Amino acid sequence: MSASRPATVVDALGKPCPVPVIALAKAVEQARPGEEVVVLSDDAGAKVDIPVWCRMKGHEYLGQAEAGRGWSFRVRRSS
Amino acid sequence: MATQRVYLDHASAAPAHPAALAALAQVARSLPGDPSRRHAEGRAARDLLESARAATAAALGVAAERVAFTSGGTEAVHLAVRGVATANRARPRRILSAAVEHSAVLAAADASGCAHTRVPVDRDGRVDLDALAAALRDGAALVNLQHANHETGTLQPVAEAAALCRDADALLHVDACQTFGRLPVDVVTLGADLVSVSAAKFGGGRGTGALAWSPRARFRPLLSGDEREGRRRAGLEHLPGIAAMAETLLHLRPGDPQGPAAAEVARCDRLRRRLRARLGDLDDVAVHGPPNDALPHIVAASALYVDGETLAAELDRAGFAVHSGSSCASTSGRPSHVLVAMGALTHGHVRVSFGPDVAGDVVERFAEAFATAVGALRARLGAGR
Repeated sequence: MSASRPATVVDALGKPCPVPVIALAKAVEQARPGEEVVVLSDDAGAKVDIPVWCRMKGHEYLGQAEAGRGWSFRVRRSS
Repeated sequence: MATQRVYLDHASAAPAHPAALAALAQVARSLPGDPSRRHAEGRAARDLLESARAATAAALGVAAERVAFTSGGTEAVHLAVRGVATANRARPRRILSAAVEHSAVLAAADASGCAHTRVPVDRDGRVDLDALAAALRDGAALVNLQHANHETGTLQPVAEAAALCRDADALLHVDACQTFGRLPVDVVTLGADLVSVSAAKFGGGRGTGALAWSPRARFRPLLSGDEREGRRRAGLEHLPGIAAMAETLLHLRPGDPQGPAAAEVARCDRLRRRLRARLGDLDDVAVHGPPNDALPHIVAASALYVDGETLAAELDRAGFAVHSGSSCASTSGRPSHVLVAMGALTHGHVRVSFGPDVAGDVVERFAEAFATAVGALRARLGAGR
């Protein structure tokens, strides 16, 4: 079942690592279990680091898509 | 109060062994001749060159005529990869490399004129043998598989890969720059066709490396123009450096389970395990590579929410010299291809590597400094707990 409100979008375009992951962590902390967070980033490391962060923290990585000059990464807060 | 600096970057460059320094000076001073010349000075130089070759060949388990000296590991790697590509035009024009190979290997293969495919690795950085076997079904002239990884220390399944290469009639090049002089490196035991090594990585001095090969390996020289090194590598031989490497090998005896190299391996491994445990205990720090089947002298870890180069700079200020594989804001801005291939955290990465001068409480002091620096950087960025 999807969350009751639309996903939070964090724009980290133009920010170098580790800022996108820090921003993701903060947004996920604010989200309720089951809610989605989307991070926009053009940092090459984010493509690996965001899925790794999800694995380390036990949250669900939903995938990436091209978004402008970078990508959008979707994460669902587990608990 | 000035703290004693601790050098923890032996995997980049290891301080020269006393035997290396002594040989370097002695040969530079006393053997001015060109080993290709027939006069007395030339013959004396030739004798030294051939005795260094014999020592190096013995350490690699090959006949002396299958060792060529180079200016270091990078040149040896290029000689192997591009030399094979140039010589074997009748074979499939394809090279396979583990995705975690050193950038010199990948660059040599990219420059070879052959199609170049990277073979994936698992979470520990070990090459996927099934993927290698599948890739070999389309044929390859050469497979590049390192003996152990330079960033994480992961030991590769070289013998298994060698069997796959033999079945597929592909040559196998093993970059042994991180293992030679420490662990036994025997061309026959590895099942390799070409093995590249570097003196700088084990304290044998800078500016010298070597390529060793099997009877069936065919490769063209990169540097031509004279008859030196059996027409494998032109250029006046760096006799002092070659002597330094050979003397160091004779002192360390890496193939001898009772020798100094083996004792150092055991000692470093204890440090490695202690440091892995200390770093692994820290919040949001991932230690890379497997606990076993790894080089004894390397520990690599990434800390969440910090920039690796800034972390290395903080540690440098605290008196610890380490290497960061993260290039976030500065340098190229591209993450380590090794960590990317492993699916490992690419930011906040440092590599710690030990040598004979690293002892005692260094592990605890470093872990302390690491924790302090990570905490300070996270606070600065408003991150973490």
